[in-house]
Amino acid sequence: MDYPTLKVIWWVLVGFLLICFAIMDGHDMGVGTLLPFVGRNDVERRVVINTVGPHWDGNQVWFVTSGGAIFAAWPLVYATAFSGFYWAMLAVLWALFFRPVGFDYRSKIDNAVWRSTWDWGLFIGGAVPPMIFGVAFGNLLQGVPFVFDDNLVSTYSGSFWQLLNPFALLAGVVSSAMITFHGGVYLAHRTEGAIQQRAMGSARWSGLILLASFTLAGIWLASGIEGYRITSVVDPAAMANPLGKTVVRHAGAWLDNYRHWPLTLLVPALVYLATPMTFVVLKARRTGLAFILSSLALTGVIGTAGVSMFPFIMPSSSSPVSSLTVWDAVSSQKTLFIMLVAALIFVPIIIAYTRWCYRVMAGKVTVAFIEKNKHSTY
Amino acid sequence: MTDSLVDLSRLQFAVTALYHFLFVPLTLGMVWILVVMESVYVMTGKQVYQDMTRFWGKLFGINFALGVTTGITMEFQFGTNWAYYSHYVGDIFGAPLAIEGLMAFFLESTFIGLFFFGWDRLSRPKHLMVTLLMALGTNLSALWILIANGWMQNPVGAAFNPTTMRMELVDFGALLFNPDAQAKFVHTVSAGYVTASTFVLAISSWYLLKGKDVEFAKRSFRVASAFGLASALSVIVLGDESGYTVGEAQQTKLAAMEAMWDTEPAPASFNLIAAPNEKTEKNDWAVRIPYVMGLIGTRSTTTLIPGIHQIKDKNRQRILSGVEAVRALEQVRHDPADQEARRMLELHKADLGFGLLLKPYVRNFDQITPELLQKAVDSTIPRVFPMFWSFRIMVALGFLILTLFVASFISTLQGRCENKRWLLKWALLMLPAPWLACEFGWFVAEYGRQPWTIYGVLPTHLSVSTLTSDSLMGSLAGFVGFYTVLLVVEMVLMVKFARQGPGSLGTGRYDNELAHAH
Repeated sequence: MDYPTLKVIWWVLVGFLLICFAIMDGHDMGVGTLLPFVGRNDVERRVVINTVGPHWDGNQVWFVTSGGAIFAAWPLVYATAFSGFYWAMLAVLWALFFRPVGFDYRSKIDNAVWRSTWDWGLFIGGAVPPMIFGVAFGNLLQGVPFVFDDNLVSTYSGSFWQLLNPFALLAGVVSSAMITFHGGVYLAHRTEGAIQQRAMGSARWSGLILLASFTLAGIWLASGIEGYRITSVVDPAAMANPLGKTVVRHAGAWLDNYRHWPLTLLVPALVYLATPMTFVVLKARRTGLAFILSSLALTGVIGTAGVSMFPFIMPSSSSPVSSLTVWDAVSSQKTLFIMLVAALIFVPIIIAYTRWCYRVMAGKVTVAFIEKNKHSTY
Repeated sequence: MTDSLVDLSRLQFAVTALYHFLFVPLTLGMVWILVVMESVYVMTGKQVYQDMTRFWGKLFGINFALGVTTGITMEFQFGTNWAYYSHYVGDIFGAPLAIEGLMAFFLESTFIGLFFFGWDRLSRPKHLMVTLLMALGTNLSALWILIANGWMQNPVGAAFNPTTMRMELVDFGALLFNPDAQAKFVHTVSAGYVTASTFVLAISSWYLLKGKDVEFAKRSFRVASAFGLASALSVIVLGDESGYTVGEAQQTKLAAMEAMWDTEPAPASFNLIAAPNEKTEKNDWAVRIPYVMGLIGTRSTTTLIPGIHQIKDKNRQRILSGVEAVRALEQVRHDPADQEARRMLELHKADLGFGLLLKPYVRNFDQITPELLQKAVDSTIPRVFPMFWSFRIMVALGFLILTLFVASFISTLQGRCENKRWLLKWALLMLPAPWLACEFGWFVAEYGRQPWTIYGVLPTHLSVSTLTSDSLMGSLAGFVGFYTVLLVVEMVLMVKFARQGPGSLGTGRYDNELAHAH
């Protein structure tokens, strides 16, 4: 398979992995975010936790694998983003610390303070990572201040606080609302009674915030944010060398792809179609279908960010020539091919056994179930 | 890169990796012990074996949670703290990490949920299959991580590309079947099996000493002593001593950990104990056993094992050749059409990494003095004293554990283990031993690789991210803080449930059934 095709396939594949991460780990992070608000007493909270209890760990591997895939396919992106966003990445990591221990340790000691502490830990582990990922995407869309020297050593010149600019915070709201929305829908699917009512209410609220913030971010992106554009001739088959091109910043450049390929407008349109439809089917208690629709909505959100920036992955605001793109931040042809083969073999297998596990554990988690199995559930 | 940044980055990696490695070995072994116990349950239908699987599974889960927590740190850290490393070798090193996720980590993490929560929803054979897949995933995970680590020790199947300014994959098969990785895998998972066996043996012994849940404890003791004996033999016999003749990194390590300053006529003698002196570069005194080192290290009577001085002489030549490579590379980066520079680079490419070793001592390669060269040459050998003694502590603990398992296996065959209080006390006392051995082993393997992150290819001091020392001190403080709290919490739970014993399952069949415990 030729190098340019592999480069594009890997852009699609990383996008696919990130979307799987948002759908799978996203719903249990959304559940974590809603936990302290939807569960009003200990047993209700255990109901909420146990809707994702058997699955959160497997879901989190979408995150680990996305990271591994970026390392293998786009090593320069991995290196530059993780070291540049040093404190933001540590905040994500430290927030994630609360999840394994929160899930596994919380119900092992019968003490109100202990349990409430871990409930808030699970809240942090669910709420902080999506928010920071949103903020990170908000910064990617504006460009990030980093520069490569001749040996491709990257130096990041921004600070943590600069990441928290208004547009990036808005992107953080989009991401948080999206994950909470998705978690609320999942919770409605797996619970009943009062908990389900509250979950549906949260899903509606966060769905509306998602639509509003996504719209606002879109308008802002089209009118106020400078995009990036490659001005030199690109040889997609060339060996990866990010310093071998010229780049300019240009207002409205992030709309280029939608102009060239109008069909791509379906990606943002998906958000406006799927989100309201989620509300409708949720009202009709078709919660399984609602989960598929909310998954489509977040596919639209992530896809919009990707399509707007293509072929850029990580533009540099301080040295546009250092910007990382799908053409020049990639691994060698051989590695991309081997990794593609590995992904084509294993991703379908993973989806198959994950599906089986969800089927085994299917059905509503109820208060009665928790009270009957308090020694064996979370 | 400032020295303090490099030192702090190393310290942070060492702290987080050693900490992560407190939880990994137990996980690697416990999964198989659970498979054994559950298999007996499925075959015999005896309830006690299901209870054993569930109780030891509970302790396994408490440990597993921290293994997951601290494992993500390791993946993050390559990007956050070792950015140039990630760029320079990501083309090769990233692949096994990503495949680990796809092939192994998904498997273990998905099925662990069903292991804990699927008892009432799955038939017995299906649940056993779930446990087996979880065990397989856990161990495959170790395989891919050690393929990645093996490549750091013995970087086969890759070549430097001056256009992309990085190492690129040439031969994926060589990466997979790196003899270094194979030896490491067998040694590391066996060590994990020993750790888990000691854990079950020690806690079961404690129940027997207290006379509680005796039938449960006796059966657990039996499983642990059989599995432990086989594993302890494996860890020693198939220890990675056999891998030490492959590749130069391992030869350097071997010379340092055996305090072999000079090449001896084959087969070399073995320094049982010695007082290595870094200043005079010889041993002040040593207790030597003739021939043994040569026989163990090379499995032959004629192969030489290079000593430190001979390795240094060779490295001096490689550094000088590497200087030419670095100069040629600079010219090629400046003018890609310079054919003469390309020819020179091609000629000296294999020593490029050795040339880079000079970077912390001299910026301009025209100013290299004999003293600076000597400094770089000296830096190619890790310090002998810590290597020599860490290795010996690990091996001594290994043999001590083996004796314990021989004694406990014999007594369990005789069916009298509950009466031998000295054995039970000894087993309990040995509880920390495998963890110490694992940590010392990790130290020998990774400290012994210095001054490289990728042996012969990329020096450690060039591998770090461009960060401030302040950032590193902040993050290090954060890790130490979080990890201390997590360890305390984990130990509290572990001790609580180990003390309570199978009563914590709430089945009504055991001692210490506490109504309020979950």
